[in-house]
Amino acid sequence: MNGLQTDLISALPELFVLSMAMFILITDLFLKPSNRIAIFVLTQITLLGAAFITISTHNPSVTYAFSGMFVDDPFADVMKLMIYLSTSLFLVYTRSYITLRGMFRGEFYALVLFAMAGMMIMVSGQHFLTLYMGLELLSLCLYALVAMDRDNARATEAAMKYFVLGALASGMLLYGMSMMYGATGSLNISEVASALLNGSQDKPVLVLGTVFIVAGLAFKLGAVPFQMWVPDVYEGSPTAVTLFIGSVTKLAAFAFVIRILAQGLYVLAIDWHGMLMIMAVLSIIIGNITAIAQTNLKRMLAYSTISHVGFLLFGLMSASLNGYISSMFYIVSYVLMTLAGFGMILLLSRKGFEAEQLDDLKGLNQRSPWFAFMMLITMFSMAGVPPTLGFYAKFAVLQAALQAGFLWLVVFAVLMAVIGAFYYLRIVKLMYFDEPTDNTPINNPPEMNILLSVNALGLLALGIMPQRLMDICAYAIAHSLQ
Amino acid sequence: MTTLPLLSLAIWVPIFAGILVLLTGDDKNASSARWIALLGALAAFLVTIPLYTGFNIADGGFQFQEGYNWIPTFNIHYHLGADGIAVPLILLTSLTTVLVVIAGWEVIQKRVAQYMASFLIMSGLMIGVFSALDAILYYVFWEAMLIPMFLVIGVWGGPNRVYATIKFFLYTLLGSLLMLVAFIYLFYQTNSFEVVDYYRLPMTLPVQVLVFLAFFMAFAVKIPMWPVHTWLPDAHVEAPTGGSVVLAAIALKLGGYSFLRFAMPIAPDAAHYLSGFMITLSLIAVVYIAFVALVQQDMKKLIAYSSISHMGFVTLGFFLFNSIGLEGSIVQMISHGFISSAMFLSVGVLYDRMHSRQIADYGGVVNTMPKFAAFAVLFAMANAGLPGTSGFVGEFMVILASLQKNFWFAFLASTTLILGAAYTLWMVKRVFFGEITNAHVAELVDLNKRELLILSTLAVLVIGFGVYPQPITEMTHATVAQFLDHMAQTKLPAGL
Repeated sequence: MNGLQTDLISALPELFVLSMAMFILITDLFLKPSNRIAIFVLTQITLLGAAFITISTHNPSVTYAFSGMFVDDPFADVMKLMIYLSTSLFLVYTRSYITLRGMFRGEFYALVLFAMAGMMIMVSGQHFLTLYMGLELLSLCLYALVAMDRDNARATEAAMKYFVLGALASGMLLYGMSMMYGATGSLNISEVASALLNGSQDKPVLVLGTVFIVAGLAFKLGAVPFQMWVPDVYEGSPTAVTLFIGSVTKLAAFAFVIRILAQGLYVLAIDWHGMLMIMAVLSIIIGNITAIAQTNLKRMLAYSTISHVGFLLFGLMSASLNGYISSMFYIVSYVLMTLAGFGMILLLSRKGFEAEQLDDLKGLNQRSPWFAFMMLITMFSMAGVPPTLGFYAKFAVLQAALQAGFLWLVVFAVLMAVIGAFYYLRIVKLMYFDEPTDNTPINNPPEMNILLSVNALGLLALGIMPQRLMDICAYAIAHSLQ
Repeated sequence: MTTLPLLSLAIWVPIFAGILVLLTGDDKNASSARWIALLGALAAFLVTIPLYTGFNIADGGFQFQEGYNWIPTFNIHYHLGADGIAVPLILLTSLTTVLVVIAGWEVIQKRVAQYMASFLIMSGLMIGVFSALDAILYYVFWEAMLIPMFLVIGVWGGPNRVYATIKFFLYTLLGSLLMLVAFIYLFYQTNSFEVVDYYRLPMTLPVQVLVFLAFFMAFAVKIPMWPVHTWLPDAHVEAPTGGSVVLAAIALKLGGYSFLRFAMPIAPDAAHYLSGFMITLSLIAVVYIAFVALVQQDMKKLIAYSSISHMGFVTLGFFLFNSIGLEGSIVQMISHGFISSAMFLSVGVLYDRMHSRQIADYGGVVNTMPKFAAFAVLFAMANAGLPGTSGFVGEFMVILASLQKNFWFAFLASTTLILGAAYTLWMVKRVFFGEITNAHVAELVDLNKRELLILSTLAVLVIGFGVYPQPITEMTHATVAQFLDHMAQTKLPAGL
């Protein structure tokens, strides 16, 4: 097999998604508004096709392509499949929401697909520049998506904030990468790793470079002290876009962190794990405590995300295979929970009404016992109460941290989880113990109702039978790192 | 030996019955929800009976074991088994559930299906706690049980229910998460979540003390021991009658049982080392909380404090490390299950008619409800520890055991016979005897058939076990002997 063929086969899913995105953009021009549903179907077909390609080209070995700038390994494949799945759910959940708000246009779907291509490149990047390119492709699409509802002042403000801070973070990341290049003479992740292993570099440059890279990554993840943008962007963006930013993109951000820290800079773990530890502790404290004071559901979930990122960092800071596996399990669980949580907000929204205050959930058990139960599962899962998936996610990262010897940090995290439980319980309280103030019937497309129920029940089912998902994460990490 | 997975049935029959009840939907189908719930609860009770009849009393180990691989990544198994301590508690649980379903028959009119389902599911989960032999399986049941209880108190509870239920949930969660940390720590020492592997693990004293304290946080909150008992009066007062019954009769026993299953055998040296501390806390609960009970104005609060005081006896018996004390504690747990259920149901009978739990609102009830008064006096006597009722047996055994250890322990413990009689009988006097104090009392109607059925079942059990406690002691005897053997051996590594 010649080189070009390998290259193209490795990057086939990306190429397919990109061409479909362009095709959709053009097709949209020729469609009457009444036929626009075709775009939605076409996008879902694209996701299905991409999944098919990823699965059929999958093999358990690591293949480098494009002169080592790109990699196709089990980790990339699994993460990509997760990205397709969550994007597909995201599109189903948001269809009626964006239709009612005049955002149901070809651009929306094209931007989502481009953003997804960016994420796929981030997942598969094996070179600082490839990774950066993927990140920028994703970020630019996100800025546009946030601002898409262009008459909405709050959304525009959120987009500005997101853009300015995002650009700053990218700058820091790039600066850190340039220092790495200065010290090791390469931008290729494997080469950087082997150069670091020789250990002849200037230590201060390496450490400074690591600091900038970690700061840039923390920005993208939304870890304290780089979390300022998270609540504002979550609140200001149209809920559909918040769902995208809060769920799918976190998968890519996680893959990005794994590629850079665990694959590229693992020799410097001694330097970065302390930083991650501080950020983990601060994220858990600030995320959980600030979330209590929120009355806006989207802001509350933003702070809850920050605390989840803290738990994610708990797994990463162990800098061990077990730690990476458990944090991958955590991020996958987190994405499934977030999809269900924001899905519920979208479910309760309707034309001219955004269900974004906590009080909008009041008495949901009387309005719709079934969806109240789905939200109940989601909330207990986020709080980490068994028998839900969220429990095993927390269990996995805590055991990894304990294995790495962070006993007291684990005890601390556990105490913070109790504080976290409070604000999730408050939602359950609103749904079950209070009388409804709003009795409008809940009316949504049937496919959304079904998938949201499957999503939430999946949290319960995976909580009872988590082995399969754990195996997949272990397989992905163990076959791809080192 | 039968080959049916009896413990699995005991756990899953009520849970599936609960799901079935949920499927009946809203209150339009309330009566079918009630009947399915009753049939489910009866079926769940019937499947636990073979645990009693098939139990081999000569064997002190785990019987009816079942084991499957569950989560191989962390070596977690679905491993069930019950010994002489667990089986009586499992039977208590399934029986109580039947009573609770009957007790809520007419009283609960709002969201009936969800109410009944919560109790059935909770019953299955609690039996899971009593029979899990894998730490994580145990933990899952232990925590999952909080969710239905949270809803029961919050949805069907009294005016201050939200505060009470959130306090209940967070208190319990705090304790149990520390227990989870201890489990993960032990996992890294043994590479297993099997409880019996933990029994064999040698540990130094400081480590044992830390492990013990982590468990202590979880179980002391649940029992509850002084000074972490403050959630219980709140939860009891606000919970609907059924919720109070399950809390008092079973949920508190989860804590007591877990001391015997985890904290003590895993860290026996720490248990000996800290026994003075534990006995002190127990005696404070017995004496101080009894005084607190004396001044309560609210009947449910009074019974809640009396529960804490009685559970003090249970923990006192544990930490005396002799067989009379331990068996006494177990008898006390079972008997308290009956008596506290009966007491809360009696208050429920009054509350359903008058919508008040204040002692001051009553007086002279005996004149209008003579049958009910007879039952109430019997249960009050049992609560005070009158010989001939089950309340006496456990307390007497524990006092006897503490006398062997130290005269003053026994002295303080036996003050409960006076204080218990004082607060219970004083309440009975004020509520039932004397002249009819107001028009509401004058209009009271005596027990209906349903109430009569529940209260007479409990009365039979209270007197039955009071006169003939043999079935419980026989069952626990071998297990207790084996437990004490284990506790007598040090687990400190050689040379330390």
